[in-house]
Amino acid sequence: MKPNIRQLVSAFFPAGLLLASAFVAAGNAAAADGQYSKQAVRNYDTYCVQCHGINRNGRGINSRDMSVQPRDHSDAKGMGDIPDEEVFRVIKEGGLAVNKSVLMPAWGNVMNDDEIKELVAYLRHVCNCGKSN
Amino acid sequence: MMKLSALAALGLSLVACPALAAENTGAGILKSQCVSCHAIAKPESTGLDRLWERKGPDLYYAGSKFNKPWLEKWLQDPPRIRPAGELYAKHVKGGDKEDVVDETTLVPHMKLSKADAAAAAQELMALTAPPDLVTKGAFKGEKVSMSMGGMFFGKLRGCGACHMAKPGTGGSSGSELYTAGERLQGDYIYSYIKNPQKFDPHIWMPTLNLAEPDLQRLTGYILQLNATEGK
Repeated sequence: MKPNIRQLVSAFFPAGLLLASAFVAAGNAAAADGQYSKQAVRNYDTYCVQCHGINRNGRGINSRDMSVQPRDHSDAKGMGDIPDEEVFRVIKEGGLAVNKSVLMPAWGNVMNDDEIKELVAYLRHVCNCGKSN
Repeated sequence: MMKLSALAALGLSLVACPALAAENTGAGILKSQCVSCHAIAKPESTGLDRLWERKGPDLYYAGSKFNKPWLEKWLQDPPRIRPAGELYAKHVKGGDKEDVVDETTLVPHMKLSKADAAAAAQELMALTAPPDLVTKGAFKGEKVSMSMGGMFFGKLRGCGACHMAKPGTGGSSGSELYTAGERLQGDYIYSYIKNPQKFDPHIWMPTLNLAEPDLQRLTGYILQLNATEGK
């Protein structure tokens, strides 16, 4: 028995929607400067603020006694020199993965890849230094 | 008239006494005084929003986390364990150099009488963790050189960025650890460091992916802190 057109359409339509939404999600994650998700801000406030500070300037509540000072995310020059892939990697795998300080831990167990991509987009907004290489 | 009021008093006491008795049991104390800030049963939602809304750490695995003598003592006179409260980000503000704790937003923990503290501690110790959360016997009890442990805790793994191993030195977003030896069970420390997100998928302590010998060493060091550096 051949499936009719309607069955085929109803089978492929949800798949198509899923595919389309995946592209939209990927587009959002790699958002240009100025576009970021509320969830990214929430994640920053939960995990990053403890060291990078409520003003995103690297002067978090933990920074006083740290032997290596956390990066100032509002520094356009310093942040602008780091490619997106490296920012992504340092969040996911920690400082040691990119030959930086062990004091930057790996956050891959609390944020998935899409959330980390959104966080990278948010960091580009904070530093006002869009970089898309 | 006298008879009537005596009867009324008797009636009142009959009504009041069972209620008072229930309040004084450990379960009664937990229900009336603890649950507004702490989860004493595993919460249905473990989303990030819940973490921001809750006012204190979860206690549904308290019996596998705390030592009873410490609980009894602490409930009567509770110094703050998390220097910046819970959740830390709700209690910090910008300072001259770096962010500081906004003391005005922190509420001291309530104090219990000796009898109530004993009853509450007894009840809390009955709230044991599921075996897959805190593995019994996971910590092998090895003694650790404090200098080696300190180097691992500080320089090598950066625990001191968020936690204080001695009063006043170290980070403030995590719980102080200079009373951890008195406060916590070794198996809990081991299990928590191994995978904090197993306890809460969104908790702001990272998973360090430590190898077994390192987990043992770090747990041993933290347990010994009380005996050496905290005093």
